[in-house]
Amino acid sequence: MRALILALLLAFSAMPVLAQTAAEIVAANAAQIEKPSRQTIGPVIEQLAASGDPQAATILEAWGDKRLGLRKADGVFFLIEKTGDGWALTALDGTAAGTAAKADVTELKPNAGVRGLIATALVQFTLSDPDRAKREAALGSIAKDPKAEALAPLAASIGAEDDPVLKAQKERLLGLLAIRFGADTATRVAAIEGFGRDLGLDLRAALNPLVATTRIAFANDLPEGANLARELRAGRELTEEEAYDLLVAGGLAPARLTVADARKALVANLKDGAVGGVALAALDSQAERDRAYNALEAAGTVPPAATDAEVTEAVARHRFAETYAEPDPAVTAAAEAALAKIGTKVGAMQGADLLLDALSLASIYFLAAIGLAITFGVMRVINMAHGEFIMMGAYTGYVVQQWITNYTLSIIVALPLAFAVTFAAGVAMERLVIRHLYKRPLETLLATFGISIAMQQLAKNIFGTQARPLTAPGWLDGALVFNDVVSISYIRIAIFVMAMLFLTFFLWLMKRTRLGLEVRAVTQNPSMAASMGIDPDRINMLTFGIGSGIAGIAGVAIGLFAKVTSELGSDYIVQSFMTVVVGGVGNIWGTLAGAVLIGTLQKGIEWFNPSNTLAAQTYMILFIILFIQFRPRGIIALKGRAAGD
Amino acid sequence: MSRSFLAKNPSVLTFLLVLAIFTLTVTILSDAYGLAFVSTSFIKTLGKTLCLCLVALAMDLIWGYAGILSLGHMAFFALGGYGLGMWLMYARTEEIVVAALAQDVIPATAEEIRQGIATQIFGVVGASEFPAIWVFAHSFWLQIALVVLVPGGLAAVFGWLAFRSRVTGVYLSILTQAMTLALALYLFQNDSGLRGNNGLSGLQNLPGLDGVSQDRLSVWFLWGSALALGLGYVLLAWVVSGKFGSVIRAIRDDEQRVRFLGYSVEGYKLFVFTLTAVIAAIAGALYYPQAGIINPAELAPIASIYLAVWVAIGGRGRLYGAVIGAAFVSIVSSWFTGGRVPDVPLGFYTISWVDWWSVVLGLCFVLVTLFAPKGIGGLFDLVAGVRTPDRKGAALGPDDGALMEREAQE
Repeated sequence: MRALILALLLAFSAMPVLAQTAAEIVAANAAQIEKPSRQTIGPVIEQLAASGDPQAATILEAWGDKRLGLRKADGVFFLIEKTGDGWALTALDGTAAGTAAKADVTELKPNAGVRGLIATALVQFTLSDPDRAKREAALGSIAKDPKAEALAPLAASIGAEDDPVLKAQKERLLGLLAIRFGADTATRVAAIEGFGRDLGLDLRAALNPLVATTRIAFANDLPEGANLARELRAGRELTEEEAYDLLVAGGLAPARLTVADARKALVANLKDGAVGGVALAALDSQAERDRAYNALEAAGTVPPAATDAEVTEAVARHRFAETYAEPDPAVTAAAEAALAKIGTKVGAMQGADLLLDALSLASIYFLAAIGLAITFGVMRVINMAHGEFIMMGAYTGYVVQQWITNYTLSIIVALPLAFAVTFAAGVAMERLVIRHLYKRPLETLLATFGISIAMQQLAKNIFGTQARPLTAPGWLDGALVFNDVVSISYIRIAIFVMAMLFLTFFLWLMKRTRLGLEVRAVTQNPSMAASMGIDPDRINMLTFGIGSGIAGIAGVAIGLFAKVTSELGSDYIVQSFMTVVVGGVGNIWGTLAGAVLIGTLQKGIEWFNPSNTLAAQTYMILFIILFIQFRPRGIIALKGRAAGD
Repeated sequence: MSRSFLAKNPSVLTFLLVLAIFTLTVTILSDAYGLAFVSTSFIKTLGKTLCLCLVALAMDLIWGYAGILSLGHMAFFALGGYGLGMWLMYARTEEIVVAALAQDVIPATAEEIRQGIATQIFGVVGASEFPAIWVFAHSFWLQIALVVLVPGGLAAVFGWLAFRSRVTGVYLSILTQAMTLALALYLFQNDSGLRGNNGLSGLQNLPGLDGVSQDRLSVWFLWGSALALGLGYVLLAWVVSGKFGSVIRAIRDDEQRVRFLGYSVEGYKLFVFTLTAVIAAIAGALYYPQAGIINPAELAPIASIYLAVWVAIGGRGRLYGAVIGAAFVSIVSSWFTGGRVPDVPLGFYTISWVDWWSVVLGLCFVLVTLFAPKGIGGLFDLVAGVRTPDRKGAALGPDDGALMEREAQE
């Protein structure tokens, strides 16, 4: 890379000596400058740009901004500026030249094409502009619209660049330009190889047009100058139909008769209720229509159309090939090799990116399911209103943001508040409804479903049907970018961290606290636990409250990236239950494994067909249904007495 | 066992009588055949309600009698609707396309007609070819066969997989719900071959019956739905009254014991699951021509839960309970959400029933589940003087059926 840039620098840095001043050039080409045309003005602009006169940039800029004027009296050019009722004139060498009345000066208004040329020529000046922002903008405009003309000024500007970041950018851009516009094969190949396994999108954007191919048909020998990618054989690499279409496109064979054209021809030649000897009423089948058309063709009234046999014969007589648009075979070979090398690396990186995506989806599912892992996994209560607790948490966050406008502070307040609100709702629900249905699990499902639709409608009545925003603090905006392929947004990292925190909290609660011990005792054997002095009613109430509270906190997290609507919860309820069931009821590690499995699966299936997330969800659910066949108790199944039945 | 079928099922005669009187009354009050007292749209609502009663009957068999809370029967219902809808849409479009092509000079070929239909139907999802699943859509009888075979086949395969691996209770409920969700998501795609979220529309126009007005068609459909409901009731009453009925009730109460007694529990469950799926599909095939449109939202898991709720409110484990529940809830729902109920002004807030009906309905589920597990059907027990044993005191053992303290003293 270094050596290449040095070579390019040497090639382009020989600046022309100061031959004429800019004013002289303008005067010499006055007629062209007055009425410029895009086709012919190029050399003049070039000459101006290459003059080395510091005034040249000012003149070009003024010309492009329609601030160049021609004094009608003597045909001299001035830089003009509007004053009250006329123009303030500045001579082209930069000295003030008095004023002129409005009518005395013709404003030059170059058209858009010419202005484009002027802008390109100006690039070399802006590339070494003392203002860093202007240099950066110039680089950006070259990168957006790469042109061969930019190559020389860019190379010339690198030596004097003192900002290391911009210098690196310039060198990279120079390499990219050299790939496309380099003077000879060796330069271009060296430029391509100089990048190695670079992952940048810009590099691939530069390489891909080089290896773009078109299909052509030819009779005997490859056309002169064509850069062959590979030969295609009809019937193998391409179908007979495609081959014949190529022949038609190349003007090597007559077009085939379409059904619509045949119809038109028949209608046009309708005489006395018959066409070509076939009665009109009989024309309702393709065979009869073909017969009629053949009769017309024999009579010479319609042009002959290619029959199937002719098509086959024509295809056999010709050869077909894919050719590169780029004529230089050495360059295309180098580009193909470079793309192949990059391809493997990009593949690996995409795999890594997919893994990150899957992980973040898994943590969302885990967050949504962890409350359920307590109420359903530990207590075996089917709570269909679990999704509505998530929704309630999200709306709590929204309400808090109405009061506290600082987003960071509002989230910090919203998290415990959401826990408190949903904890209270969970405790109320347990006391009023679920407690009476512990022996009838299927009816718990129905009753909690009733609560679920009531709560959804309540939310709709209170907050309306439109989505409410729950805005993340500014420091969660943006993404952690590793390279052009792998990146992850901070909000997803935050959710991942939160999921891990919950996992730790759950483990600590169940394994290290008195409450966790009592919860496990009550779920395993309520009456035995009761005889040991534990109050099962109180424990059940608390457990259910904690499960609901965690759902509320998850709601705040989910609300940060999804729109807060009354249907927020129902979007997650089925997935949450499946996460718990697939993972194995009653084991938090199982829930984690279930979330990872479901998240990975969904992202993996989406990878095959990225445009269709619906299909991915469908196949994921089907897979889970099949998975349950083989491990009905989930990934991590409880064994022994704890499993119950 | 010499008692006759009717003697064992006294409800059948009463039910058929009530159904017949209902149908006759509606016919007499209808626009087309009588006093023009009831609007056509209300007759359609009544006809649709009869179909919902039929699917509720199926739900009662699978849940109330066999104890399997399936949350997927509305999926079978919708599949049946899609099955018949495909034929309706094809045949109807064919008429239009043939009429349009007849304007041309040259008579159309069969291929052109087919192409025209495909463009008409699938233009909305940007396709112009018939997907493979429409291969039988041109034939009424083949498509009718599919109405039964596709949901039946799906239920059989799904049930076989689920029951074989002993998925029971709430797990089965969640699994069936997942199946429904997967099916709905699949149909929501544009390339599913069933017009994505546009669904099938214009189903109320029967092909070949352009001369018959909608008010007469609606009455015909009411008759058809009533007939299907009557037949379904008799069939299910017969199914649950014999030895078969005893076995499936036994499975509901204690699956393990029935298995130890040598019955093939999985076989019984699979049969009931498939049979109810087929009944649901037939109900759906009758329902959607009256609704006029079907789209994947009809398959949403929530629809199946509503079905369970109707049965629960009507009373599980008795066939007439399911019918009453479905009829009662769906008619009251359409009454409240139709905006015809006056709002209740409270001074500081006005309760609009369109907004608050769902809340009331949801709370009703909770109240019914908590305080009236027998549902509306339980009222008949009150009238007949049947009482559940009043078991007071603490249970002596850990199982559900354990003796209670007071029973042990007696």
